[in-house]
Amino acid sequence: MNPPVKNQSVIQLRELVKTYKTGEVEVKAVRSVTLQIARGEFVAIMGASGSGKSTLMNTLGCLDQPTSGEYLLDGVAVAGLNRQQLARLRNQKLGFVFQGFNLLSRTTALENVELPMFYSHPLVPLRARRQRAVEALEKVGLGDRQQHLPSQLSGGQQQRIAIARALVNRPELVLADEPTGNLDTRTSIEIMELFQQLNDTGITIVMVTHELDIAAYCKRVVVMRDGQIVSDTQNEKRRTAAQELKRLDEAEQKAKLA
Amino acid sequence: MINLFQIVFVRVWQTALIALRALRRNKLRSCLTALGIIIGVASVVAMVAVGNGAQARITSEVSSLGQNLLMIFAGSRHTGGVNSGLGSASTMTIADAQAMAREIPDIAAVSPEDSATVQAIADGRNWSTTAYGESPDYLKIRDWKLTAGSMFTDHEVRSAAKVAVIGSKTANELFGPLNPVGQTVRLGTIPFVIIGQLESKGSGMGGQNQDDRFIIPYTTAMKRLTGDKYLRSINVEIVSADRMDSGEQQITSLLRQRHRLTADQSDDFNIFNQKEIADTVNSISKIITLLLGSIAGISLVVGGIGIMNIMLVSVTERTREIGIRIAVGAQPGDIRLQFLIEAVTLSLLGGLIGVLCGIGASKLVSVVANFHAVVSTGSILLAFGVSSAIGIFFGFYPATKAAALNPIDALRYE
Repeated sequence: MNPPVKNQSVIQLRELVKTYKTGEVEVKAVRSVTLQIARGEFVAIMGASGSGKSTLMNTLGCLDQPTSGEYLLDGVAVAGLNRQQLARLRNQKLGFVFQGFNLLSRTTALENVELPMFYSHPLVPLRARRQRAVEALEKVGLGDRQQHLPSQLSGGQQQRIAIARALVNRPELVLADEPTGNLDTRTSIEIMELFQQLNDTGITIVMVTHELDIAAYCKRVVVMRDGQIVSDTQNEKRRTAAQELKRLDEAEQKAKLA
Repeated sequence: MINLFQIVFVRVWQTALIALRALRRNKLRSCLTALGIIIGVASVVAMVAVGNGAQARITSEVSSLGQNLLMIFAGSRHTGGVNSGLGSASTMTIADAQAMAREIPDIAAVSPEDSATVQAIADGRNWSTTAYGESPDYLKIRDWKLTAGSMFTDHEVRSAAKVAVIGSKTANELFGPLNPVGQTVRLGTIPFVIIGQLESKGSGMGGQNQDDRFIIPYTTAMKRLTGDKYLRSINVEIVSADRMDSGEQQITSLLRQRHRLTADQSDDFNIFNQKEIADTVNSISKIITLLLGSIAGISLVVGGIGIMNIMLVSVTERTREIGIRIAVGAQPGDIRLQFLIEAVTLSLLGGLIGVLCGIGASKLVSVVANFHAVVSTGSILLAFGVSSAIGIFFGFYPATKAAALNPIDALRYE
């Protein structure tokens, strides 16, 4: 692996192609995508189902190898790496947030957050592991829920734990795949508030969503159709989740008074 | 150095903790899976113990005959195309026995033997037994001791004295708790003075009781009891175990020469080589042990397949968990190790309990069947080794399957 060069893009895609073979038929899920994402960006990737956004996300997440094209993650060429090297890359440079939370059931919040450090090379010493997990939980506002099991927590709280897990190894990039897909409106905005806070501290976030409301909280919106990028714009009218929540509270108060 | 320690110990240890936790979550399933191995290991340990016990018993019976023993039996006689049975040849004489002792240096002791079934009468009791005519060296040859009195002497052999040494079983039948030495016993019609009592040897080969007998001078037996002119057999002790075969050869050539057998005639005697018999019996009982062990080994393999089955189910059930672990950076090797440790833990746990059960079963067999089953450390170590090897072998495929899962599919798995 090449040493990362400072002030480079976190993600650099050049003519990325991903083709699936299902039987005899070749499906071109992603066809020639070129994209750069700089440090500190907060990008929404939008598109209808089948637009190739999930495939792109899997490739960005080093869960899958591109068929052709170039992918530099934090300056490291991903194409051609083997499973072990990809695993190490995911562990060190990436944090994942999924639609279905994907926490280990029957495992406490704290242990779920510790999980990525479990597979770190070199190993994180036990005490440091615990401390970093507690810090991450505190960052997502669940410092008091360390010993709870996922089944004892609400959807929003579970997603926060998942976010804490994504942050615990101090990644270059957080990838979120429909992170609010399973949550109600208010909880969704709360999660977006958390993402915006994290982004403000300099963490790069790429998020796949098909909801315009959610994309509105991002700084940049990339729209895909048929495996290609059809638009890539800076979000001029970016919403702030904190203000949105305040408005919601006020509306609720009024409704009560009336 | 510290890095190596981390990789080998810390990683394996933390992975083992995960594996153990997974097993604890499915207690019943884990126990049932381990049961297959428990039964397999227990039966290997118990079967080998029973086999070893049988071997030890047979070996002790063979060696109770004495050390480095050759027995030369009169052979079959061929007259006019009729083959008579063993012992029918009237060719082996006292002179033959004396010639052996004189001419073959490998021979340590010789006892010519003639025997007869007699009705022994003493003190108003009677008992049917066998009287063996022997030489004074017989006790040395058979490694037999007296508990009372003394053996007859060469002088008493020469004079065909009416003296007898009594076996412990016979003494008990005729005299009860009384000391038989000095008493008179009638063998058939002839009165004998009992001058010694043999220590108990228990049953010999074939289960015949060695303690039920009289030993009298062979001259007395031939002249006064049987009227035989020829010997039934000659007992010979060879100086050392490595001279057994050469001793046998020398005896063969001496007897052939003395009996004037031509090259095309077969031996008119048979030599029973105790070492050969012991070797044969040993190899047979080893085969039996091996057979019992391998039948039990099959159940161990069946147990291993049970582990593989459960591990495959477990991998399928936990596909999502595996996907999560891979997504956050678990190496394929980490996942493989986790499932391998689960499989090995099941089989080792089964092995441990199985060894205990096997020892218990062997003890039970010893008590119930009045038989000393010998639990060998070797079979315990073997059972342990095999059960952990089974864990690795049958756990390897499921573990590899888990490690090879595609994280994208695994995360979507419902």
